[in-house]
Amino acid sequence: MSLLKFENITKEFPLGFFGKEKLKAVDNVSFEIERFKIVSLIGESGSGKTTIGKLILKLINPTSGKIFFEGTDITQIKGNKLRKYYKRVQGVFQDPYSSFNPIYKVDRILNMVFEEFFPEVQGLERHHKIEEVIASVGMNPKSILGKYPHQLSGGQLQRILIARALLLNINLLIADEIISMLDASTRVDILNLLGKLKEKGMSVIFITHDLSLGYYISDQTFIMYKGNIVEMGDTEKVFHYPLHPYTKMLLDSIPEIDRKWNLSKRYIPELVTSSDSMCKYFDRCPLKNEKCKKERPQFVEVEKNHKVLCLNVKI
Amino acid sequence: MIKVSEIVLSVKDLKIYYSTLYGYVKAVDGVSFEVKRGEILGIAGESGCGKSTLGNGLILLKPPMKYIGGEAILDGKNVMTLSQKELKKIRYEKISIIPQFAMDAMNPTKKIKHIINDILNEHGENFERKKDIIKERLEIVNLERKVLDMYPIELSGGMKQRMVMVISSLMNPDVLIADEITSALDVSSQRSVIQMLHEMREREVIGSLIFITHDLSVLYQIADKVLILYAGKVAENSPVEEIIKNPLHPYTKMLLSSLPKIGVRYVQIKLKGIPGYPPGLLNIKEGCRFRFRCPYRFEKCEQDPPLIDVDGRKVSCWLFERGDKS
Repeated sequence: MSLLKFENITKEFPLGFFGKEKLKAVDNVSFEIERFKIVSLIGESGSGKTTIGKLILKLINPTSGKIFFEGTDITQIKGNKLRKYYKRVQGVFQDPYSSFNPIYKVDRILNMVFEEFFPEVQGLERHHKIEEVIASVGMNPKSILGKYPHQLSGGQLQRILIARALLLNINLLIADEIISMLDASTRVDILNLLGKLKEKGMSVIFITHDLSLGYYISDQTFIMYKGNIVEMGDTEKVFHYPLHPYTKMLLDSIPEIDRKWNLSKRYIPELVTSSDSMCKYFDRCPLKNEKCKKERPQFVEVEKNHKVLCLNVKI
Repeated sequence: MIKVSEIVLSVKDLKIYYSTLYGYVKAVDGVSFEVKRGEILGIAGESGCGKSTLGNGLILLKPPMKYIGGEAILDGKNVMTLSQKELKKIRYEKISIIPQFAMDAMNPTKKIKHIINDILNEHGENFERKKDIIKERLEIVNLERKVLDMYPIELSGGMKQRMVMVISSLMNPDVLIADEITSALDVSSQRSVIQMLHEMREREVIGSLIFITHDLSVLYQIADKVLILYAGKVAENSPVEEIIKNPLHPYTKMLLSSLPKIGVRYVQIKLKGIPGYPPGLLNIKEGCRFRFRCPYRFEKCEQDPPLIDVDGRKVSCWLFERGDKS
């Protein structure tokens, strides 16, 4: 049984003054995530990657479809069951500064976990657990505890937030752009920390727009475009044998320090229109033909653990 | 291609501090560099290294930012000591900026064309006379002409950013400063912005470009020369190929080896970050500012290292004092 399963999940947001128009942020998405895996969810802004994270964390509810966690449908759970679910699944977000209340010491965010989930753990025992978890994310508890958020760096705060999730002994961590605000010199340490956590038995959904970070750390990669996963599979396969024209374009635009772009070739930036009946990537696609205008593609499994949403892929 | 020769901007020992109740935060502390005509200079460093202070300071000194010393010579004048009136004259024409939060840089109650018109009026021009230029610039950044009749809120973030690129370059500035303009973008829009700046330079819309970012791999795509800042001081200043292929300063070396790239995976190779954090810049004392994180630290590092010339490259590290290149 997979750890997490999305079954035909759609999330619509109302648009405009009366909300008559709908934006499909996530459009009929299905996938499964195994235990002990890091999966990166890669896409540009507006692709729906953060919405998927929020759906898993139950911060929003899907318009249709079902989400299974260890085989149980979690779309409708409330109260005690939801509390139990949060002992297993937690999130860390992009801006570490806004996750802390600046007028309290950072210890508070860790203490709150105990008050909410383990009120019976008190005093010294609680303190030991907190020290232990801070040490496990690679920091010295003495130099962290008792400080205010403004006295610590973004990387340190982000680690405290990961430590907070670890207090709960979770199975799934949603890491939504957790390193995009950190400096290059400390980024890689947070990534390595995720790798270590995986080795201890946690799965991570690593949401990012930075392909090279996703490549470094993840076992599987899902590429998203306008609410759909357009390509998914083992990271090596997706990066070295990309099939969807969008994936190819993304890989081609990664800035790398050993490959220069051809700047004299003109480059088509973003999107304009698409209708419900055509492939969403139609207006940017170099492979488009008449068929793509008439139907929406279905997933094709090209090889083991490598699927693509495109009409022009031959097996 | 444009010939790179004449020096457009020459910055010498520039010091811009923030004055606080407790003393000075030495954000830009004795920075020197030159920008030649047609050149793209990349400025890279971590947050808090002074790169944005440097970019903004050259355009507009806002309190608590304070000019302490040194000079920045543009067109024969030290821009740091110009009066407000003189500054107004050179802004947009000689030196211009695409600010970091370009999305919020435009007045939301005015139509785009009125915003443009205001700037043109300031410089004794008007919309009609500049029509062709505006048309050409919109083409470069891939915007339709109808955006001129829209309000800023009607544009998406990316479109606003490109509109600001048009506005900032309207008066064909000699030096254009781009402050972290690609950091919030995804890879495909990032690439298109780089491409547009490149085209602006090729068409000589802008003379030279100072491109500020924390992302060395983006700089590699566009810059001719790279200035690495660390904690308010220049760590290294070299042509881009050399800085990437053969970095001199320990900081540059460690920074480059911490960058993930395609081909390197956690399961095979573990990359290493730089241990520790940059020092606080409030009343910072003498000594190399990287010494707390540097694996090569020795006694001499307690003194400020000078900018040492190594085969035409500049590096601020005591290891290179006698032309020692290891």
